[in-house]
Amino acid sequence: MNILVCIKPVPDPDKYGDLRIDPETKRLVREGVPTVINPEDKNALEEALRLKEKLGGSVSVLSMAPEFSRDKLVESLAMGADEAYLLSDRAFGGADTYVTSYVLAEGARRILAAKDLPRFDLILMGNASADGATSHVPTQIAEWLDLPHICNVREIRTGSEAGEAGAEDCSTLQVIRKTETEDMLFAVDLPAVIAVSREINKPRLINAMGIIKARKKPLTIWSNEDLDLPREVIGLAGSPTQPGALFSPDMRRGAESLGSEMDAAADKILEIVQKAGV
Amino acid sequence: MNFHFTEEQELLRSAFAEFAKEEIAPNAARWDAENITPLDIMPKLGELGVLGIFVPEEYGGIGLGHTERVMALEEIARHSAGLAMMVFTHQLGMAAILDFGSEEQKKKYLPDMCAGTCICGLAVTEPGGGSDVAGQKTAAVLEGDSWVVNGRKCFITNSHCAGATVITCRTGEDEKGRGTFSTIIIEKGTEGFAPGREENKLGLRGSMTGELIMNNARVPKENLVGEVGQGNPIAMKEIGEVGRASMAAIATGILRGCLEDAVKFANERIVYGKPIAKLQAIQFHVAEIRCDYEAARLMLYRAAALKDEGKPASPEFSMAKYFATDAACRDARKCIEVMGGYGVVNEYAAGRYLRDAMGCISSGGTGEIQKLIVAGDTMRKFK
Ligand SMILES: Cc1cc2nc3c(=O)[nH]c(=O)nc-3n(C[C@H](O)[C@H](O)[C@H](O)COP(=O)(O)OP(=O)(O)OC[C@H]3O[C@@H](n4cnc5c(N)ncnc54)[C@H](O)[C@@H]3O)c2cc1C
Repeated sequence: MNILVCIKPVPDPDKYGDLRIDPETKRLVREGVPTVINPEDKNALEEALRLKEKLGGSVSVLSMAPEFSRDKLVESLAMGADEAYLLSDRAFGGADTYVTSYVLAEGARRILAAKDLPRFDLILMGNASADGATSHVPTQIAEWLDLPHICNVREIRTGSEAGEAGAEDCSTLQVIRKTETEDMLFAVDLPAVIAVSREINKPRLINAMGIIKARKKPLTIWSNEDLDLPREVIGLAGSPTQPGALFSPDMRRGAESLGSEMDAAADKILEIVQKAGV
Repeated sequence: MNFHFTEEQELLRSAFAEFAKEEIAPNAARWDAENITPLDIMPKLGELGVLGIFVPEEYGGIGLGHTERVMALEEIARHSAGLAMMVFTHQLGMAAILDFGSEEQKKKYLPDMCAGTCICGLAVTEPGGGSDVAGQKTAAVLEGDSWVVNGRKCFITNSHCAGATVITCRTGEDEKGRGTFSTIIIEKGTEGFAPGREENKLGLRGSMTGELIMNNARVPKENLVGEVGQGNPIAMKEIGEVGRASMAAIATGILRGCLEDAVKFANERIVYGKPIAKLQAIQFHVAEIRCDYEAARLMLYRAAALKDEGKPASPEFSMAKYFATDAACRDARKCIEVMGGYGVVNEYAAGRYLRDAMGCISSGGTGEIQKLIVAGDTMRKFK
């Protein structure tokens, strides 16, 4: 099974306390905040590696990001991916989800052309990015590529695990999609785009041998000269989404002392609650 | 001049740090309190690639250098200096086999040692005084196809868990009647060989330290490492470079623990209605720990880089070991001071940092011995 995994470098969610929004430019100030592979994308990569271990094939990784994010692709190679592609160009900057998914879909096409492959059997992605959290991109990529898609997947079953639905030739997978209230079981014909949630697996830790092996694995960086997409449909220029105001909400809360007299304080609380219409 | 780690080294560091956060940090306090030697973590460290990181791939290692090796030790020691002690002494014995052993010895021992399924050690110190290396009494005599070894080693890390230990023994004397020594690999289960008492230590708990007793122990002749009479130079080279580098890395890891814990506490502890981090006296403690930590790192990684370039680095490692150990002792105390009463409560790690830092003083040679080495080098170079 040939699998493509899309990964996005995001500011480390553990360090969100250090992120600021510049009040002038309305941009995220990322200075000093380390970048990591988006956590759910790591789950997607882990799932791809497990599928490859079970069924054979290859795992390719694709990202659209500034060139300094190269190290995140090296990390995914160290985790076990076979090859990685970074789409990096100033012209891609400022993209909304619509344009991002378009460029990624074109990137996927370009990889297939370069490798002379008819298709990826599966495109795996994280359900949402930790920074943007729109969950738009997996569905949008699938639409650009005219593939079926399913999001919020917490389990993927193949072959015998899936009973009748999972033919051994892997033309079909069984997946469990979670919703707020229930789990839904689907049989998905491949090729397809599947977006996974964090509970699907626990991503492996990388090790020193993986890092050494990554040295010899291909990491290709393509600019827009390679993709050759019209300027007006990419980057900020091609993005139809106009973000409104961006600000950090004032989270300070008013505090009122109700004194240390228990009964009086209880009466006062009751009064406040009633006044608030609870 | 370039003060940056490479992209690959940064990736390695984050891999080690992530492992340490998941597998070591949650257990370190328990290993210390209950004096548990976590042998089951060794195969995991083998899989991570830490144990044989400096060993060529053909012997089961990763084929990187000592910079990467001490980087891993710093990350391990950040959470458990005791475990780092076990890991480095294992590597110390491996280094002797790698640098001076025969091809057969390397093939026989190193792959299992890289994998963490066979633990190694290096035993020099004797009851007669670790500093007096020339005064060792353990003796080996060649009888037919075997060395017959008699004597006692003490303060030996991994004494009770090693599958194979490299030991130094007196095997002859020079024309002036001074002892000459050889290094021999002695395997667990060898007749006449057994560990003796195990020490109950102040710090670096979680690593085993104890005696080795050889009572007519018969060791195959081919277990000699290097040449007859070269034992002390072999042991001193490995202790001087690999051993002291490791002790410096462990002390540097402890320093980082002091720094991170002091900063965390100072930001969380509210006194006079505001975090104590706002108090200048607390800031000064933190600034001093930071300076020591940065200086220790610079000395350590510079020395390691020299070694990886194949240059002599023994005085540099002595400087790094001496400085980092002393700094860890004084800064663990500062960390405790920042934390006030909480600093001496065992739910916090600060007390462990102090005990571990003290534990580093004599291993790899005491501060006095480091100063003798540095002084000797300095008297020559700055004449
Ligand atoms: C946790 C731990 C693990 C260890 N692991 C190992 C191991 O795996 N293998 C191994 O071989 N050894 C090991 N050692 C032993 C260590 O190498 C010795 O403790 C060290 O060499 C000092 O020897 P000693 O303890 O006998 O002290 P001594 O040599 O008796 O020294 C006592 C005091 O005299 C001072 N002194 C001695 N000589 C001089 C001098 N010439 N000038 C000035 N001052 C001097 C010392 O600095 C010290 O203050 C370990 C020790 C510890 C604490």
